[in-house]
Amino acid sequence: MKHDFTELRLDRVTRRFAGAGGASFAALNELTITIRRGEFIALLGPSGCGKSTALNCIAGLMQLSGGSIWLDDQRIDTLPPEKRGFGMVFQNYALFPHMTVAKNVGFGLKMRGIAASQIAPRVEHAMKLVQLKGQEHKLPGQLSGGQQQRVAIARAIVIEPPLILMDEPLSNLDAKLRLEMRAEIRRIHRELDRATIYVTHDQDEALSLADRIVVMKDGVVQQVAVPMDVYAQPANLHVARFMGYRNVLELDVAGTDGDRVTLAGPDVRLTGTRKQPLTGTRAAVAIRPEEIFVGEGPGGLNTIGARVDNVEYCGRDSLLDVVTPSGTLLHVRGPVTTQHGDLVRVHVPVERALVYPLD
Amino acid sequence: MNATGPGWFDRVWKGLLLGLMTLFVVNIALMIAAVATSSFARRWLGTWLPEGWTTNWYTAAWKEFQLDSVLVVTIQVVLAVVFLALVIGVPAAYTLARRNFRGKRLLMLLFLLPLMVPPITYGIPLATVLYKVHLAGTIWGVILANLIPAAPFVILVMTPFIEQIDPNLESAARVFGASTGRMFWHILVPLLGPGILAASLLVLVRTIALFELTFLTAGADSQTLVVALYYAVFAAGVRAPQSVDAMAMVYMGVTLAWLLIALRFVNPTQLVSRVKEHPQPA
Amino acid sequence: MTAATDAAPRIPFDRVLLLVLPATAFMLLLFVYPFLYGLGLSFDPKEGGWLGNYRHFFTTDNLWPTIWITLKLAVPATLINVGFALPIAYKMRVKSRYQRWVTTILVVPITLGTVLIAEGMLIYFGPKGWLSQFLQFFHLYEGPIRLTHNYWGVLISLVISGFPFAFLLILSYITGIDPVLARAASTLGAGPKAQFRYIYLPLLAPGLAMCFCLAFVQAFSVFPSAVLLGSPAGPTRVISIAAYEAAFEQYDYSLASAIAMIMGFVQLLIVAAVLGLRNAFYRGPVSGGKG
Repeated sequence: MKHDFTELRLDRVTRRFAGAGGASFAALNELTITIRRGEFIALLGPSGCGKSTALNCIAGLMQLSGGSIWLDDQRIDTLPPEKRGFGMVFQNYALFPHMTVAKNVGFGLKMRGIAASQIAPRVEHAMKLVQLKGQEHKLPGQLSGGQQQRVAIARAIVIEPPLILMDEPLSNLDAKLRLEMRAEIRRIHRELDRATIYVTHDQDEALSLADRIVVMKDGVVQQVAVPMDVYAQPANLHVARFMGYRNVLELDVAGTDGDRVTLAGPDVRLTGTRKQPLTGTRAAVAIRPEEIFVGEGPGGLNTIGARVDNVEYCGRDSLLDVVTPSGTLLHVRGPVTTQHGDLVRVHVPVERALVYPLD
Repeated sequence: MNATGPGWFDRVWKGLLLGLMTLFVVNIALMIAAVATSSFARRWLGTWLPEGWTTNWYTAAWKEFQLDSVLVVTIQVVLAVVFLALVIGVPAAYTLARRNFRGKRLLMLLFLLPLMVPPITYGIPLATVLYKVHLAGTIWGVILANLIPAAPFVILVMTPFIEQIDPNLESAARVFGASTGRMFWHILVPLLGPGILAASLLVLVRTIALFELTFLTAGADSQTLVVALYYAVFAAGVRAPQSVDAMAMVYMGVTLAWLLIALRFVNPTQLVSRVKEHPQPA
Repeated sequence: MTAATDAAPRIPFDRVLLLVLPATAFMLLLFVYPFLYGLGLSFDPKEGGWLGNYRHFFTTDNLWPTIWITLKLAVPATLINVGFALPIAYKMRVKSRYQRWVTTILVVPITLGTVLIAEGMLIYFGPKGWLSQFLQFFHLYEGPIRLTHNYWGVLISLVISGFPFAFLLILSYITGIDPVLARAASTLGAGPKAQFRYIYLPLLAPGLAMCFCLAFVQAFSVFPSAVLLGSPAGPTRVISIAAYEAAFEQYDYSLASAIAMIMGFVQLLIVAAVLGLRNAFYRGPVSGGKG
């Protein structure tokens, strides 16, 4: 099996399942992405979007209904998983409960027929890399969740695979441990510089770990971009909603001027930036709570008057729910001190009000 | 579009296993069919099919083996065993599921033993004791004997069932003002219902077919159906085999009827599971 | 068991513990006591010293060979049952309609019981039965077959009643092993044979040993089949027959108890040996690696 590659290509990969009533539905629908050597790719999306299915297809644990997968110029979707040579970290670790940690980590090397004398130093090196020395003779049942996770990672990397697959590896850990392990994964990736495909539903994980993020919904790719772009320039309304643009207002289109669109509602008049071609007379504008500021906008533009309905103090800033006279609710986040019932005026910069067609 | 399928060796192997399984099932089905055919046969001596058909053997068997009284005895024994096994077993299962105490493992072993030791091994000493207290040969002796594997079986089935019920439910009921009795009636009994039903059906089906214990402790008028059948087959040289087969069909009818009813509510593997099943991963 | 652990309250007595008393009393009275009584009785023979019964057993020509005869039936039957149940259950480990059908059908012989199977075999496997006719018709065998009233009849009946039990038990063990372990092994390069050898087999070892013990114990206690389908006077005179005769034909309860004790002892020996072998194999849980 190749130890190195230039690109992994998914070409119109489709996977169908039999649904209720005999109809089949596509968990993956013509998925096409290219992953480059050493890249850290996150597959991000809500449950059911097909990200785990995609990972299982790449690993060979699931067969494709259509399309193909290529490793440079070699077609691999016809190979069984044991011949693909990828490393995989499972969501609940899947450590072999009847083997010691050392035997677990060395299993992949043993399957490759490597002599025991050579397995030991490589296992030791992998254990050192995940910072788990001294646990070699324990059984998985004797380890904590975080330690089991590290063993699972060590087991996947010791075989020196060209590609590492991770299926929501942090979802079973508590919040503090999750942060620690995130840093660990980032460090290990930096040291090994191997292509990694990481499945998660947590946008913080994706933003902090990935070189590129693939946002998915219902088996279809919504956006492929670097984290900064997914965060600040979501390609469509679904990605925006998923990435934390909590304010989504459906308003009438009052006028357009190139990329600038003016929308109007009962007591709201906003000018925003169009991200997609608009259809019809109504559109949706998505705004981050952090990007609504208390006070008058420049020239009174994009300013809305509202009453504070709820205040959540978060230390560094506060989360406000403000309601316009006609009942439109906006979430505002910022270092403000207001009280329940206060009347405020808030504004949003034109470039940060993103306009999309209604879905 | 698929990854490599199984090689030729795998296919041959799979075919072999499948063939053996089919052979097994087919032969058993034919065996049952043979008994059925014989029971309706007028005369059947070494030909493919009998020389004529009749239902007379059933009436003959009914009279000859006194099937009416045997059936009554069987029903009495089985119902009594099910009821008593539940009365003894369910409370014990509740304690085992909800409490830890010293000697619990020993107690669990005690309850597990009658299910692992075959009936005839402990049946002989048991029969001896029952004869000493003049219970053997009566219907109560039979009931007590059959109760020995039945009560532990109820415990075995109900304990994991109760464990799965969130203990917080009982606490919640108390917090909202339910006394122990009302908590039991409104919360526990409805939740335990399916488990009790499953346990009852399983005990019922097993007890109908349980031979050795009844055989060792029954008298002439406290035989269950399966023991009567044994004696009929044992003495089969004396009488026509067809009447024995008619009786066998009655037995089979009763057993299979209850099996079908039971399978509506339980998983087939629970019938034989003598050790706690490992919880299935989500 | 996942019950709440008491913080050792010594003063308020937990009334719930009383619930287990009836069952305990029942077991002690009707299971432990008869056993102890029988044990004591076995050392109190009609004649001879306290070992009189045992000496009598091992010196009488129609008694002590019963151990060997029973083993000759039970061991092959168990090996066949478990040996075939394992690969077939393994092939069927994936939940499917096929699996459901097979498990349901296999429950039937168990439910019907040994007596009915014996009668069925006498008709079907008998010298004039359908199997014999079938084999003669296709010239696979000349003359009537001899599969009843001998060793083979009893052996076949042990397989018919024992195989479904072994199969269902092993199947329940196999399906209790998290399939993600096999998937993880395959991503590490293990093909189907390696998956069975390194993942399933070691995890199954304890369950297999248990299944062997239970199946053996069941086969060793064969009784109605040996009488109805075998020739209880000779080749299939199993130890349970000897015990029964002592109790109900000779009314020598002391000897009968002794034979029952010997029977239990032999079973215990074999079970201990098998379980001892198992402990050499494995020491952990069977679920996936969640801590």
